[in-house]
Amino acid sequence: MKNFSWKVAVVAAVILTAFIYILPTIEMKLNGRKDPALWPYKKVNLGLDLQGGMHLVLEVDTEKAVESTMERITQEIRASIRKERIGNAVLEQIENNRILAKIKGEKSIEQFQAILDKEFTGLRILSRETNDGVLNLMMDIPDKEADNIKKMATAQALETIRNRIDQFGVSEPDIRRQGERRILIQLPGVKDTKRAKDLIGKTALLEFKLLDEANDPLEAERNEKAPPGSELLYQEREDPETRRVVKTPYLVKKRALLTGAYLTDAKVEIDSQYNEPYVSIKFDKKGARIFARVTEENVKKRLAIVLDDKVYSAPVIQEKIPGGEARITGNFTDEEARDLAIILRAGALPAPVNILEERSVGPSLGEDSINKGLNSIYIGGFLVILFMVIYYRSSGLIADLALLVNILLIAGGLAGFQATLTLPGIAGIILTIGMAVDANVLIFERIREEMALGKTPHASVKAGYERATLTILDANVTTLIAALVLFQFGTGPIKGFAVTLSLGILASLFTAIIMTRLVFDYLLINRKMKTLSI
Amino acid sequence: MQFIKPGININFIGGRKIAFYLSIALLFISFSSLIIHKGPRYGVDFAGGTLIQVKFLSPTNIDDIKSGLDTIDMGKSSVQLFGDPEENEYLIRTDKSVSTGEGYSHKVGAALKTATGNDVDIRRVEMVGPQVGKDLREKALFAMFYALLFITIYISGRFESEWFKSGVMAGGLIFCVYSLSSFDVSIPFLIAAALVITLVLFWFLKLKYAMGAIVALLHDVIITVGVFSIFDKEFSLPIIAALLTIIGYSLNDTIIVFDRIRENLKKYHKNTLDVTINKSINETLNRTVLTSLTTLVVVITLFVLGGGIIHDFAFAMIVGIVIGTYSSIYVASPILLVWQEYEKRRK
Repeated sequence: MKNFSWKVAVVAAVILTAFIYILPTIEMKLNGRKDPALWPYKKVNLGLDLQGGMHLVLEVDTEKAVESTMERITQEIRASIRKERIGNAVLEQIENNRILAKIKGEKSIEQFQAILDKEFTGLRILSRETNDGVLNLMMDIPDKEADNIKKMATAQALETIRNRIDQFGVSEPDIRRQGERRILIQLPGVKDTKRAKDLIGKTALLEFKLLDEANDPLEAERNEKAPPGSELLYQEREDPETRRVVKTPYLVKKRALLTGAYLTDAKVEIDSQYNEPYVSIKFDKKGARIFARVTEENVKKRLAIVLDDKVYSAPVIQEKIPGGEARITGNFTDEEARDLAIILRAGALPAPVNILEERSVGPSLGEDSINKGLNSIYIGGFLVILFMVIYYRSSGLIADLALLVNILLIAGGLAGFQATLTLPGIAGIILTIGMAVDANVLIFERIREEMALGKTPHASVKAGYERATLTILDANVTTLIAALVLFQFGTGPIKGFAVTLSLGILASLFTAIIMTRLVFDYLLINRKMKTLSI
Repeated sequence: MQFIKPGININFIGGRKIAFYLSIALLFISFSSLIIHKGPRYGVDFAGGTLIQVKFLSPTNIDDIKSGLDTIDMGKSSVQLFGDPEENEYLIRTDKSVSTGEGYSHKVGAALKTATGNDVDIRRVEMVGPQVGKDLREKALFAMFYALLFITIYISGRFESEWFKSGVMAGGLIFCVYSLSSFDVSIPFLIAAALVITLVLFWFLKLKYAMGAIVALLHDVIITVGVFSIFDKEFSLPIIAALLTIIGYSLNDTIIVFDRIRENLKKYHKNTLDVTINKSINETLNRTVLTSLTTLVVVITLFVLGGGIIHDFAFAMIVGIVIGTYSSIYVASPILLVWQEYEKRRK
């Protein structure tokens, strides 16, 4: 008897725990809340395929990150050359992220060497050749440093994207790193997928470059070549009448005088004259100084505002601007201006990102899927319950009770582990309904066999459970192995399936072997039933 | 109530020759279909590409849809009805894993609305780049490989009660696979090699129960994949999940029968093997029929009510359950007999 009550206590405890864990979710649904309000504040998460939303896998182009770093270093060396007034020194960026420097004249070579030793000690010298008094120096960065840049690029991209999404206003976004250079993003409930992708994927490199007004952009376009030191960039404008995109070529000096790195703020403002939104940006102290100098030195010249190699506008510099503020205009809609401000505030991505995988589910499909899933559970469950009662009579009822407890345990387990329920997950629950019956069938068949041999109900039940238990464990272990493998290798929805399948198997083992045994024992021992309806 | 009367004695083993030919025929058809179709029909998950699920608010003509797609240069995409005809849902599939960043789904929606004159709802978009497609293919194969490995270890240990042999088994398998993988062979080849090695090891280590179970498993998986190929259904991630579940389920079945066989071998050691096997199958028949029935009822419910993706998953499960039950009786058990006959002949 002591054994008995101890077992009852354990079973009751397990069922109660599951119930407690599922209670918050039930309360949430009844009161239409979004977050659990009851202890223990855990809820069943719905996968993207059930609540709608977007799943993205991005890859950071880490190669480009190294490339940009080399570009930056090249610019810096050039700036130093100008500062020290070293003559006859030419720098070229060549493939494989290398810099080739050609310096003529002993004095220049000495000066150049000096700058290298003083300011650019991180560079690695690949080769040095002297031909006719010209020093050819090939440099790059050491592998370890390059690897570091790549690693940092992904980490930085992750942070920047997280910043942008935070400002976008998605509830419970999931942003994480996947491997060396991939980023996994899940945005539940997102409806405007285009806007989200634009916001996330834009490199957002803001540059201020002077226009090359000495040469003709149209000629450069015809020759498909820009004069040295300049590049051909386009401005894309949507003609409001024809709604077609018009591309205007601009010839722009390659060197960026100022970049978005110096921004401290970006806000949307409305131009009172044209009633159009624009983005007002503010530079930090250093940026403001550079901006003041640039505008002072280049009055009446045109300054192009370039974002991701696209010209947004190229206004004429009227006068020196000391305040460190500027406007970015471009025929924006409210939304476009807002998104641009978000991107500028969060900062540029260190390298471009490519979308490797996208899965978006609209909310209507999500809802349909839930309904279809629930219907299947109700009808499938009902059929099985009915069948068990018809075939095994009252014992069938006991098996049905086990089934219902199974579902409770699965739901409680999902809530407790904060696992995600997906559409395949619902299929997994339904599958377990069918397979859990197996354990009960094994036991009941054995009991019937034992009773046919003439044993008493109590003895038959005892023998039945004993014989069947090992077989049940054996059989379920294999499905459990399959479920665990699926969990390890599966992605999103499939993981959900593996979770419910595993929980279902464990639950059915518990209910079939322990719980139903208790019910039988209670009926036969305590209630002293003489016959067994099976 | 009882479907199968106790004391029933159907001569299952007697019919094994017919079953053998049937199995060979099914396997042959499966392989032929796969060869004709040049492999399984990979879905977007494995082949890469873009899939868009659209729903129209009123009945639409497929040709209108196609001409609509043509206007945005997607004329080569395949368009298929999805689910019940009353739902007016279609799947648009193209091989290009188009950069979906350019407002793709909007373009498609607008083009379709103009071409068909109906309101359209973009229900789902799936874009898988070629790299990710390749990754998923590999993951799927590895999943099947590891499942096979662990199940092999478990069966060898549990069945033959020879944990030592099962350790040797596992060790041998892992060793061979590692050495092969250093030769930079493709993953499917590796998996096939692993299977062959497994069977060879079973033979040498005399693990006859394990061999019977694994052969039955392979039989089930190949025929399920073959049926999918015949019906020209797509292979996607949920289908792999279905295959792994079928593996687990079929093994369940086989284990139940084998357990009985071993129990009866001990009890009735005077009987010949085929009589014992028959007796065991008959004794477990009730349970086999019942479990298959209840699981089928549940899976058929999914098939009918589950909606598009679950529908294909349920189809795979139905085929798997039927074949799995069949194979426990007519593939796994006869192998035990064949083994015994082989051993007798060797003496």
